[in-house]
Amino acid sequence: MIHKYELNGYYILLDINSGSVFEIDKATYELLDYYPDKTKACENLKGKYDLADLDEAWIEIENLKNQGILFSEDIALEEDLMRDHDIKAMCLHVSHDCNMRCGYCFASEGSFEGEKVLMDIETGKEAIDFLIKNSGKRKHLEIDFFGGEPLMNFEVVKSLVEYARERELETEKVFRFTMTTNGLLLNEDIIEYLDENMANVVLSIDGRKETNDNMRKTINNEGTYKYIIDKIKRMSEKRGSKDHYIRGTFTKNNLDFSKDVLDLANQGFPSISVEPVVATPDNDYALTGEDILDLEKEYENLAVEYLNYNKQGDKFNFFHFNIDLHGGPCAYKRVSGCGAGTDYVAVTPTGEIYPCHQFVGKEDFILGDLEKGILNQNLRKDFEKVNLTDKKACRDCWAKYYCGGGCFANAYNFNNDISVPYDIGCKLEKKRIECAIMIQVAKQNR
Amino acid sequence: MKHIKVINLGELNKVEGKGCGECQTSCQSACKTSCTVGNQKCENTEQ
Repeated sequence: MIHKYELNGYYILLDINSGSVFEIDKATYELLDYYPDKTKACENLKGKYDLADLDEAWIEIENLKNQGILFSEDIALEEDLMRDHDIKAMCLHVSHDCNMRCGYCFASEGSFEGEKVLMDIETGKEAIDFLIKNSGKRKHLEIDFFGGEPLMNFEVVKSLVEYARERELETEKVFRFTMTTNGLLLNEDIIEYLDENMANVVLSIDGRKETNDNMRKTINNEGTYKYIIDKIKRMSEKRGSKDHYIRGTFTKNNLDFSKDVLDLANQGFPSISVEPVVATPDNDYALTGEDILDLEKEYENLAVEYLNYNKQGDKFNFFHFNIDLHGGPCAYKRVSGCGAGTDYVAVTPTGEIYPCHQFVGKEDFILGDLEKGILNQNLRKDFEKVNLTDKKACRDCWAKYYCGGGCFANAYNFNNDISVPYDIGCKLEKKRIECAIMIQVAKQNR
Repeated sequence: MKHIKVINLGELNKVEGKGCGECQTSCQSACKTSCTVGNQKCENTEQ
């Protein structure tokens, strides 16, 4: 399978099964519309291009095909490596309460449709023990402190980090921690602690003040920007070159979200992730099909500006334009997807286990609990089974090995079926991938 | 080649010895609603 596209003046060709990427000229781009019918190709293009050029380009295509790097064979995976995954990562909901009231929150003010409750130390320790016990041979284990707002339970976070470090010594596991916070409770002590103990810090703010304040409110319905911007800047400065991301959400209210990304870049934040809101169409801020063309154009504009910033030395990193063409995850990871319900679970303050943070509160998706372990093996098997090879919509999609099949929760929220991807999400994902690869092509031309 | 420039020679379909499970996961990244797999990292330093 191949995919070709034109973006920002570049003609780009992808070989999907090998992951090879080529920059091609316009003649080759048009020839490929007729491949493998050379006679028809030359008949239709001879008035537009020199026949000798078409012939040369055709030979180059054939050579690449013969080398197995264009129109390459599909990926053959071993079935047993696709089954019975050990758990590697845990989203630990240390707080089902929040000190903000964001308009688009999928977590119902942090409570996930349940009671406002904080995780106690014992439950947290049991979660860490569960992760170790179910991690098999996996050495690197990940815990994301999540909420609600996890800093509302900061003392427990500290105790759990200490406990995990103790258990590392006896188990030879290596824990890495991420903190995802809205920033409201950050102070110098907490900033210093997070800097020392977290492998990654994710700081939530949506971009321009008016964008942020439109959706991210205090409990008194005030915009939060003035309360968080300096704290988030301080955390980012402290962090320096260590991993941290400024993470925002865009909605129908800011379809010009590239301005929010660039506003954050202009403020000096080095790593930025701004993502589309996930909301059903009954919400006035939800993204709908009629927004797709505008949003695709917006990603393209952002990609061009991104290159301009990099060219001028004002480098910043936009998470969704990251792509490692030479490395990246292997085919097994790409086929199995994000890992929700298999490699990755979420644990609530009261010890229920869910496939991921997006499913928390949906009782049909409880996998088990910390006391009894994974009880609903059928559900776990469902998540294991629904990989790229099982999703009809993905089989013939050029983006499948970049995307991994999309978000299970989005699929369920919009289609009531974890195996049917969320169409708007697919379209935006494809555009992000095209932009990310174009950026790599452009960089190689400098 | 005159008409085609190789940007990346991929080996995604060469899977021997792969699948160890030491990959980055979504929760380590900055992605909470539109998780992408292709922009994550292989963390097996032995390969």
